[in-house]
Amino acid sequence: MKVAELSAITSAFQEIKNRAELRWQTLYDSGKPVIMVGTATCGRAAGALEVLKAIRDELKRQNLDFPVIEVGCLGHCYAEPLVIISKPEYPPICYGRVNPVIAERLVKEFVIGDNPCLEFVLGALEENDLVPSFSDFPRAKYEKKVILKNCGQIDPKEIDHYIAKGGYSSLVKALHIPPEQIIEELKRSGLRGRGGAGFPTGRKWEVCCRAVGEPKYVICNGDEGDPGAFMDRVVLESDPHSIIEGMIIAGYTVGARYGYIYVRAEYPLAVEHVQIALRQARRLNLLGKNILGSDFSFDIRLFQGSGAFVCGEETALIASLEGKPGIPYYRPPYPAVKGLYGKPTLFNNVKTFAYVRHIINDGAECFASIGDERSKGTAVFALAGKVVNTGLAEVPMGTTLRQVIFDVGSGIPGGKHFKAVQIGGPSGGCLPESALDLPIDFDSLSDAGAMMGSGGMVVLDEDDCMVEIARYFLEFTQSESCGKCTFCRLGTKQMLEILNDITQGRGRIDDIDMLSQLAEDVIAGSLCGLGKTAPNPVLTTLRYFRDEYEAHIKEGRCPALMCRDLIAYYIIPEKCERSCDACVGTCTVEAITTNKKRIKVIDQEKCVKCGTCLDACPPQYNAVIKLSPPSEVPS
Amino acid sequence: MKTISLTIDGKRISANEGEKLLWVALGNGIYIPNLCGLQDNSQPPAACRLCFVEVEGKEKPVTACTETVTDGMVIDTRGGKALRLARTAFELLMSSQQVDCAHCAKNGSCELQQIAHHLNIKLKSNRFRRILRELPIDDSSSVFTYDPNKCVLCGRCVWVCRERLGIGAIGFAYRGFQRVVTTFAGEAFADSKCQECGECVRVCPCGALVFKNDKTEEEQT
Repeated sequence: MKVAELSAITSAFQEIKNRAELRWQTLYDSGKPVIMVGTATCGRAAGALEVLKAIRDELKRQNLDFPVIEVGCLGHCYAEPLVIISKPEYPPICYGRVNPVIAERLVKEFVIGDNPCLEFVLGALEENDLVPSFSDFPRAKYEKKVILKNCGQIDPKEIDHYIAKGGYSSLVKALHIPPEQIIEELKRSGLRGRGGAGFPTGRKWEVCCRAVGEPKYVICNGDEGDPGAFMDRVVLESDPHSIIEGMIIAGYTVGARYGYIYVRAEYPLAVEHVQIALRQARRLNLLGKNILGSDFSFDIRLFQGSGAFVCGEETALIASLEGKPGIPYYRPPYPAVKGLYGKPTLFNNVKTFAYVRHIINDGAECFASIGDERSKGTAVFALAGKVVNTGLAEVPMGTTLRQVIFDVGSGIPGGKHFKAVQIGGPSGGCLPESALDLPIDFDSLSDAGAMMGSGGMVVLDEDDCMVEIARYFLEFTQSESCGKCTFCRLGTKQMLEILNDITQGRGRIDDIDMLSQLAEDVIAGSLCGLGKTAPNPVLTTLRYFRDEYEAHIKEGRCPALMCRDLIAYYIIPEKCERSCDACVGTCTVEAITTNKKRIKVIDQEKCVKCGTCLDACPPQYNAVIKLSPPSEVPS
Repeated sequence: MKTISLTIDGKRISANEGEKLLWVALGNGIYIPNLCGLQDNSQPPAACRLCFVEVEGKEKPVTACTETVTDGMVIDTRGGKALRLARTAFELLMSSQQVDCAHCAKNGSCELQQIAHHLNIKLKSNRFRRILRELPIDDSSSVFTYDPNKCVLCGRCVWVCRERLGIGAIGFAYRGFQRVVTTFAGEAFADSKCQECGECVRVCPCGALVFKNDKTEEEQT
């Protein structure tokens, strides 16, 4: 771009930035307390909207016009709903597990009064002498927030908040750099695609930049569908502008004119926030024709996916964008050369785009200094399952699984024993305790049979049956298979039938061999990534937990006491309390009777193994147990 | 167009640059099992996963319908890895396929019989569990009968009806194991926009679409 044009861009943006900074400062300089409520989907599920209403109502009753801001997700989903109160002379304090009653008290006692209600504090956002801060948490030692930095700290519906925190200055910087140099910068940063496969981003941008065809497109894949994964949702909901900024830089670099953000319709809040963000960016001329007065024009549209898991696969997603059924087609040509409407299309995950502005702003070296040898930067994980601190965690690549699960996630609840961690969703694998010291990066995980995937991490404990877990994930991929190619449509179906048989006690000893043979063929023979990775949960559980498969098949025993057909409920007579009838009343099928000694007995014929008696038996007796195989029940 | 030469199963063959391997091989009398491809479809669906071959210098088998021929290419259609995938794919197809050759109009001209013979496996293979779907037969057309239980979902009929003829009376519906070739909203062929030209029947590799009697077939052709 011409020099005169560049200075015009800079001054146009400076004006926008000054206004945004002024708004942000007035918020805090007014001397009024600022109240923030985390109302991302995770917060809402825990009741954040009720908390928000309680705070607003109380302020209204007290005739106070203190600012109440809706922010995104801080990552501490286990402690939702979260409320942050910034009051002059106090550090910004975050309160966890707030309900409307606590919210009302916080307003009365801390916002109006001077009691910071320490009993509800989760942590302060800054170090101070009054309350422990998040940086004192054990997890702080491992966390490194790059793309989650803004999440939970700004209002995602306010572009000014984003700009005041340094947003869109990378775009302005990028417009001053020739595209080839941006590609070089990305290459030097070592950024690899965060959708799961880990393809070097710089190389992809280069291919698309050099590809011939007009107009070019940029697509952001926000069709996050792995069970237990919600990283992309959080970024889309809590910091949508970071993705938009990354996409505009991408558009400038590869020479694209249009962009699409593909978000699944099951993420209504993300859809809403992205739409608002696009409107606001357009209004400030950060998006649209002649961005900031330059000769570069780029606009983005949001497209809602309608619920097919396979549409997360790039060729299926493109077909779906074109209005065709979301079914993958054969590659090459890759989308970077021939994608949407047959034109060169740059295709990246939500998180990949979110990293771009940091690399442009802080330089490739800064990004490359985080992480390990082969994988640079940070990894964002959604911690779910049997772990104390469910939520989001951003850690440098190369952090070990143990550090993420036990230090960041605070380990397994209820004193249970760790058994496995399922990484990478239905395409990933289950890694056992012996793999806990593996560094998390693209290559170590795939060497171990799992994969980075998009970043879902489901922790499993001793009560989880690994055969059942494999069956669960295969049932998912099998029902989400588009059905186009033989291996995925029928191969996964056959594998699922075998796993159904094993978990229901009909397994045969040659089933294990058949499973591994089929798994190999489905991987080698499938058309797209869904089929090529669907057998991973089966292969990894076979590799690390073969003994559990054998116990099911040879002994009809489920070691984790999970598979319903292979267990029986039994009341230990010595432990059963004569005067207690708790189990009798809860049994839905009247299978529990009281014998002459007033001891309760389960009629195995009638029992449907629902487990309510086990839950009902008071903890001081603990008389109801599960036995496997069912023949273990004393007659 | 530039002519190039390649070797398939030890036989020297010349071909036009840019052609797909499957059609080069078939055109030169070398059979490679295939179901979903049609030569005039420039975008191979690559769905049936039967045409796996081994190419010298490539570690993994590739599908011949998507592989562009190059000069000096050396291909083995009988390689162990390729045959293993083709056999598994075929046995998977047959595991959910109704096999009743004795009462089937396509007996003798059925491509499934040809593939089974080529791969040296039985049509009624018992390697996998038999999972049949038991869908209703559509007998409403005056020209042909459609039995979805015998369909291998190759998609030739769908492509011909939509792309070659521009009619679009049939398409794929549902996902995964439920996937089926059907008319719009699953109505009977007689009520659909099918024009009874019978082109779909002519490209059907097996007994899913058959003319109502041989006489009709002659008249149609």
